[in-house]
Amino acid sequence: MKPATKTAKAAAATTPYDPGAREDTRARSLVTPEGVDLKLRLGDAGERAAALFIDLAIMLGVLIAFFLLAVLTMVGTKGKGWELVGTLGLLVFFILRNLYFVLFELTPGAATPGKRAMGVRVAARNGGRLTADAIFARNAMREIELYLPLSFLASSGDKVSAWINLAGLVWCLVFVLFPLFNRDRLRVGDMVAGTWVVKAPTRKLAPDLVETSRPPVGRFKFTQAQLDAYGVKELHVLEDVLRRYESKTIALVAARIRLKIGWQAAPYESDGDFLAAYYAALRGRLESRLLLGKRRKDKHDKS
Amino acid sequence: MAELHLKSYRFRAEREDDWRRLEKLLTKVGKGSARALSDEELLAMPVLYRQALSSLSVARATSLDQGLVDYLESLSTRAYFLVYGTRSNLVERVGGFFTRAWPEAAKALWRETLVSFLLTLAGVLAAYFLTLHDPDWFSAFVPDSLADGRGPAASAEAMRSTLYDHGEHKGLSVFAAFLFTHNSGVALFAFALGFAFCLPTAMLMAYNGAMLGAFLAVFGMRGLGFEAGGWLAIHGVTEISAVILAGAAGLRIGWTLAFPGDLSRPAAMAQAGRQSATLMAGVVVMLFCAGILEGVGRQVIQNDWARYGIALATLAIWPAYLYLPRRRSAA
Repeated sequence: MKPATKTAKAAAATTPYDPGAREDTRARSLVTPEGVDLKLRLGDAGERAAALFIDLAIMLGVLIAFFLLAVLTMVGTKGKGWELVGTLGLLVFFILRNLYFVLFELTPGAATPGKRAMGVRVAARNGGRLTADAIFARNAMREIELYLPLSFLASSGDKVSAWINLAGLVWCLVFVLFPLFNRDRLRVGDMVAGTWVVKAPTRKLAPDLVETSRPPVGRFKFTQAQLDAYGVKELHVLEDVLRRYESKTIALVAARIRLKIGWQAAPYESDGDFLAAYYAALRGRLESRLLLGKRRKDKHDKS
Repeated sequence: MAELHLKSYRFRAEREDDWRRLEKLLTKVGKGSARALSDEELLAMPVLYRQALSSLSVARATSLDQGLVDYLESLSTRAYFLVYGTRSNLVERVGGFFTRAWPEAAKALWRETLVSFLLTLAGVLAAYFLTLHDPDWFSAFVPDSLADGRGPAASAEAMRSTLYDHGEHKGLSVFAAFLFTHNSGVALFAFALGFAFCLPTAMLMAYNGAMLGAFLAVFGMRGLGFEAGGWLAIHGVTEISAVILAGAAGLRIGWTLAFPGDLSRPAAMAQAGRQSATLMAGVVVMLFCAGILEGVGRQVIQNDWARYGIALATLAIWPAYLYLPRRRSAA
């Protein structure tokens, strides 16, 4: 487990003005046995809180459904079914409270419905397999992290003194806010189990821009100097602009690039076509230099 | 058509079908279980995974299509978790837990178990002698809700009647379920509390012992010690052992947090956490047995000797199962 301070630093060095660079403090390297770094990203606090609330809502929903069912059974059997209902009720509550998280995280997706909805999953911090005992450990700790604060909130404070209440509140806050005070966003359960929560987004393969928006051939011919105006960083920004394709941004960016490379726009030249052509040409130029071992980071890179 | 000569474009066009095939398999597994895959697909998975991984390396080095690299990263990560994730099925895992993992965890935590046991014993002895000396101590150790009419003020007859049931066996399953869920909750709580450097767990162990000691003392004063012993021991052997083991698991966590030893603190915590979690899973199983013994067995069996017989049997079975040396299986 090598927290990628190196990666983060390198990213900060190459992209000092990128608004997304802050996010790179959550990048962690996970090197597979084949020797490829998968560059995981940690789930952030908001996602995890949202996932927890979704899960709690589901649990509450099941409890309410069970309660309604129990009432119906009692009415239907004229109170004779109380033994069955009582036993089942206690067991359902126990299973929801202690096994809901464990059972869902034991599935291949290693995520509860809430986590799945937020696109995160549990993984072992050492990159190995996520074992059942780790899942049990991380969820057994919910007893003091989640259920104790919940029951604390639920209990009325009139029986005990304000000082005891305050002490209890501080104790609860320590555990609830624990993930915000460590670099890996670990809650106590993650720490005890050697796990963490990482993003596992399902991405669709977007069409290659070179293929989809191929402009009429021959209309755009760029000189070497025009293609050397930008580096990889700008290419990626341009890719992003083209993928979103908001007409306002397209017009702005096209104007900016034309100015920079001194391009004389032909009459009726479409901004989108121009950008697509420039993107293809720039990518071709930068990729062929990449093959020779020269990765031009950005426009300030004079190599 | 200069753009068609982009190497990254050709690279993608040649491999795209394999990626999409892998993606389809992953979606299939995500929806159902690993059994959703046919044998052929199961064999193809690692191959496709390695292809995706090598594509990712090549793409990172040669392609400047960010969308492609992001896609391959996500695809490889999903495949990695599947290929190197848990492969054994539930039956194997449960089997492995009972034959190997649980007893091993119990053995590994013998020191903590001993400490936990001694703490409980100290609680029992202290409360027993204090209550014998001055019966007022009883109310200090046992909350009213649990005392349920038993206490120094109650008559011997009333005390005796609490030990035996009077022929009504209604609602035993509810009682058993209540005992199981309640005790498991307490045990898990004792375990989790260990994180606060052992102290709360240690106090809980001593207090648990104190309650036991106070109970024994008030029954002892009325000359009902033998009967109370049977009433308690039929399930108590299992239940108290489970609580002691839960305490041991909590102590291991707190102790490792304070003194991680040779490993780094996070690594030591992870190791201790997994080991004690295995033990905790066993504790829940024990408490399930105890719940049935207490909720059903004790109400149905009214004979002291039969109660003691069951207690002795559990006293022999649990330690033998957990601590007797056994042949190491190959698995």
